[in-house]
Amino acid sequence: MLQTEIIVPAELVRLVLGIVALAAFVGANAIVLVWLERKVAGHIQRRPGPFEVGPYGLLQTAADAAKLIGKQLTMPAGADAFLFWLAPILAFLPVFVLFMPIPFGENLYSLDMDLGLVLILAYAGFGVLSLCLAGWSSHNKWGLLGAARAVSQSVAYEIPLLLAVLAIAFMTGSFNLQAITEGQGPWPWQWNVAVQPLAFFIYFACALAETNRAPFDLPEAESELTAGFHTEYSGMGFGLFFLAEYANMIVVSSVATVLFLGGWQGPVFSGWWWFLAKVYALILAMMWFRWTYPRVRFDQLLNLNWKWFIPLGLANLLVTVAVV
Amino acid sequence: MTLFKEFQSALKGLWSLAVGLKVTGREFARPQLTVHYPRKVVDNIVTYRGHIELVGKPKEPAVPKCITCMMCATVCPSGCISIKKFPPPKVAPAAEGEEAKPKAKPVKTPKAFNLNYNTCSLCGLCVQNCPVDSLRFSTDVYLAGVSRADFEYDLMARLAAQAEAVAKAKAPAEATAGAKPGEGGE
Amino acid sequence: MSEIQTGDYYTRHFSPGPSDDTLIINMGPQHPSTHGVLRIIVELDGEYILRCEPVLGYVHRMHEHMGETKSYTQYLPNMGRVDYLHALAWNWAWCGAVEKLAGIEVPERAQYIRVLTTELNRISSHLLWWGAYILDLGAFSPILYAFQDREIIMDLLQIPTGSRLTYCYFRFGGVSADLSDAFLAGLKDFVPYLRGRLPMYRDLVTDNVILRKRCEGIGHFSPELCRRYGATGPVARGSGIDYDVRRAEPYSIYDRFDWEVPVLEAGDAMSRYLIRLAEIEQSLKIIEQALATIPSGDFIAKGAPKPKWAPPRGETYFAVEGARGKIGVWLVSDGTKTPYRVKLRAPGYCNLSLFAEAAQGVLLADAVSILGSLDLVIPEIDR
Ligand code: SF4
Ligand code: SF4
Repeated sequence: MLQTEIIVPAELVRLVLGIVALAAFVGANAIVLVWLERKVAGHIQRRPGPFEVGPYGLLQTAADAAKLIGKQLTMPAGADAFLFWLAPILAFLPVFVLFMPIPFGENLYSLDMDLGLVLILAYAGFGVLSLCLAGWSSHNKWGLLGAARAVSQSVAYEIPLLLAVLAIAFMTGSFNLQAITEGQGPWPWQWNVAVQPLAFFIYFACALAETNRAPFDLPEAESELTAGFHTEYSGMGFGLFFLAEYANMIVVSSVATVLFLGGWQGPVFSGWWWFLAKVYALILAMMWFRWTYPRVRFDQLLNLNWKWFIPLGLANLLVTVAVV
Repeated sequence: MTLFKEFQSALKGLWSLAVGLKVTGREFARPQLTVHYPRKVVDNIVTYRGHIELVGKPKEPAVPKCITCMMCATVCPSGCISIKKFPPPKVAPAAEGEEAKPKAKPVKTPKAFNLNYNTCSLCGLCVQNCPVDSLRFSTDVYLAGVSRADFEYDLMARLAAQAEAVAKAKAPAEATAGAKPGEGGE
Repeated sequence: MSEIQTGDYYTRHFSPGPSDDTLIINMGPQHPSTHGVLRIIVELDGEYILRCEPVLGYVHRMHEHMGETKSYTQYLPNMGRVDYLHALAWNWAWCGAVEKLAGIEVPERAQYIRVLTTELNRISSHLLWWGAYILDLGAFSPILYAFQDREIIMDLLQIPTGSRLTYCYFRFGGVSADLSDAFLAGLKDFVPYLRGRLPMYRDLVTDNVILRKRCEGIGHFSPELCRRYGATGPVARGSGIDYDVRRAEPYSIYDRFDWEVPVLEAGDAMSRYLIRLAEIEQSLKIIEQALATIPSGDFIAKGAPKPKWAPPRGETYFAVEGARGKIGVWLVSDGTKTPYRVKLRAPGYCNLSLFAEAAQGVLLADAVSILGSLDLVIPEIDR
C-alpha cells in the first residue's frame, strides 16, 4: 500500500511475526502432510499406514525426523562440499518468502504486496536451482541426470503456469493476492475456477510438475534414476529436500486456493479454516494422483507441455484478454 | 480433422485417468486387509511347514518313535540332521568261564537328535522317508534369533518339553471337568 | 588419477564409444528396477542409450554342478530355488526329466494335481510380475493389489506344499502330498474371485493412458530377433511366435483341456503385458476344467523311487512351459546314484539376451520398461 513511504514499524512487526508463525506453520504442516501421505497411501493399498507411534501413528513423522537429524551426514568423495550442502538449504529457504504474501484469512498475512503474485512466481524459480545444484555437485551420474531432468522440466512448466496465472491476473486486474481473493465471491460458482476451468486445470497440472509430484516426479524417479538428484544425500540433507517438497506442495495449493478457489472465503463462516480446508483438499488430490498413476516418460512430459499446455494456455489467455 | 482426433484421444486419455482415480478411491474406502502382526497372527499357520520335530511314541510321549535307521540324515540334501546312537551293548566278557549272557537288546532310540535349521531347505524329504513316521513338521513360523546357535535345535529336548507341557495341560483338564483339553499344548 | 585403474573387468572392457560426450553408467547391480542383482553397463547420450551390455553372474549358485554332486532326490529342493516365482514348473521339469529317463508312470490324479498347482503358481508369478512392472513404471499401488490376490494363492498352495515360495512339492512319480478338500474348495472359490478382479486391473492400469504411452511401441522385438536369441514364453508370443511347450510338445495331460495360447503380433512391451494378463485367464480356464474332472486315486506312483535309487544309464531332455518361457532339463545318467550331468535351460537367460539389441537408441526410461516387460528373475538367469 504505502509504497513510496518508509515502512511503518507496524508493518515490520507483522513481517517478523509472520515469518516466525510461518516457520512453525510450515514445519508443523510438513510433518502432518508426510503422515497424511503415508496414511492415504496405506488406505489406498488397504493397509493401515503408520499406526504404532502415537495415536493413529501421528508421531511417526516426528520420530522419523528425529532419526534423520541423528543420522550421519555423508558426502561422496569428489563432491563440491560448499554447493553440496548449500543445495538442501536453498531448497528450503525460499519457501518462507513464498508464503509471505499469501492471505490465509481476511487479516492473516505477513506482507501485503501489490506484486505478491510476481514475488511468488519469482521465488518459485529458486527450487529448481537447488535441485540442479544438488544433482550437479554430488558427483554422481544419476544425480546429474536427475538434475538435468529437473531443470528442463521446471523451466518448461513455468511457462504454462505463468500463462494460467496471467489469465487470472488479467481478469482481476491485480497482482495483489488479497485483491484477487476479494474479487471472488464466497460461493463456489463465484470462484475463478468456474470462470477459468481450463486455467485451473493447466495450473494444477503444472503445479504437480513444478513440485515434482507423481505422475511428473521425474527428477527423482526411483525406478529409473535410483533417487535422482538426492541420491547421495543422507540424514537431514535428504530430510530438507523432503520437507521442501511438502512445503512446496502447500505453496502451490495455497496459490491455487487464492487464485481459483476463493481463498479464505466460504459460503458460511468465512475465515482461515476455509483456506486450510481448500488447501488440504488440493493436497489430498495430489496424493491421490501419486498413488494411482504410473510415471510419464521424460519426452512425453515435455511434449505434453509444449504441445498441449502452452498452446492451450495461450489460447485461454487470448480469450480472457479479448473478453476483458 | 486430425486436430479433432487429437482432442478426442486426449479426452479419452483423461477419462482413463479418472477411471483410475475411481478405482483407487474405491479401494481407499474398503477395509484394511493386513494383519497387525505382534497383536494378531494369520490364521493359516497350521498348514505351514516349519522345521522338523520328533514324534513321540503314543504310550511314552517323551520318547521318539525313531529307530535310528539314519535314513533322514542320509537323505537330507543339506546334511542338517545329526543323530547320535547309543553305543551298542557291550558283549559281556566271556573270560570268567560262564556262558555269555543273552545279548542285551540294542537301544534303538537315539541318544541325541540335533537339527541345524540354518541349512535346512524345508524340502520334506526326511519326513517323507522316515520308515516309522517319527518326524513331522512343526508350525513354528515366528522365529528370530541373534546367532546361528539359536537355530541349532536339540529335538530330543524339544520333544521332552512338549510331552511335559501336554501332560501338564492334561492334569488340570482332568481335574476341572469343563476345561478344554489340549490348550497350551506347545 | 589416470594411474589408478577404475572399475572392474567389465567396465574396462566396455570400450568407450566414438564420441567423448557420452556417459557410461552402471545400471545395477543395485538399481531398483533390475529386480535383484542384474547389472547393465549402458552408454548414454543425454538420456538415450547408445549401447548396453548386461553383466551376469552375481547370484550364480552353481545349481548345475550341485546336480552332479547330489543324488536325484536330493536335487529336488534346488529346483524351487532356481526360479522362485514359478518354482513348481521347475519342480516339474526335473521330475519329468527323471521320470522320462527311468520310465516312471505318474498316476492320473497326480497329473491333475500337478496341473492345478503349476497353473496356480503360474498365475501368482504373473501377478507378481504385473505388480513389479507397474512399479517400474512408477505406480505404487497396483503391486499391493496384486499381492492381495497373490496372498490367496500362496495361502492355497501352502496347504499341500507347506511352503509359500520355494516349493519342493513334486516327487518322482507324483507329488509329496494329496490335495485336501480345503484346497479344492478354496481353489473353486478363487477362480471366480480372480476373474472378478481382472476388470479392476484393466481399469486401473491396462487402460490407463500413461501406461499405454509407456508400453505401446516400446521395445519392439521382431520374430527373427526372438528366434535368433531363442526367446520363449510370453516374450516370443508377444512377437507373434505361436509357441507354447504345453501345446507344441504336450506333456502330461495338457492336451485334455480346452484352452488357447494367446499370441499377439505387435512385439512391443504392451503386447507382452497383454499376453501375460491373457495367460492368467487361460490358466484359470485350465484350473476350472481340471477341478471339474480331477479323478480320485493315488497321488504318487506305487513303485515310486526310494531315495537311494539309481536310474538306468542314458540321457534325456524334458521341457515344460514356465511363466517365463521354456524350462528345459537335460540329464545324463551313468547308472549311479548321482546324475552325470545336469543342464538347465533357463528361459530368462535367452530372453535377456534380446535386451542389448532392443535397447539401442531408446530412452533410459524405456529401457526400464523393456527390462520389466521381459519378466526377469535374476537367480534363474544366473542359476
Ligand atoms: S526338510 Fe529337507 S533339508 Fe530340512 S532336515 Fe528334512 S531333509 Fe533336511
Ligand atoms: S528316518 Fe526316522 S527312524 Fe530313521 S533315523 Fe530318521 S527319524 Fe529316526
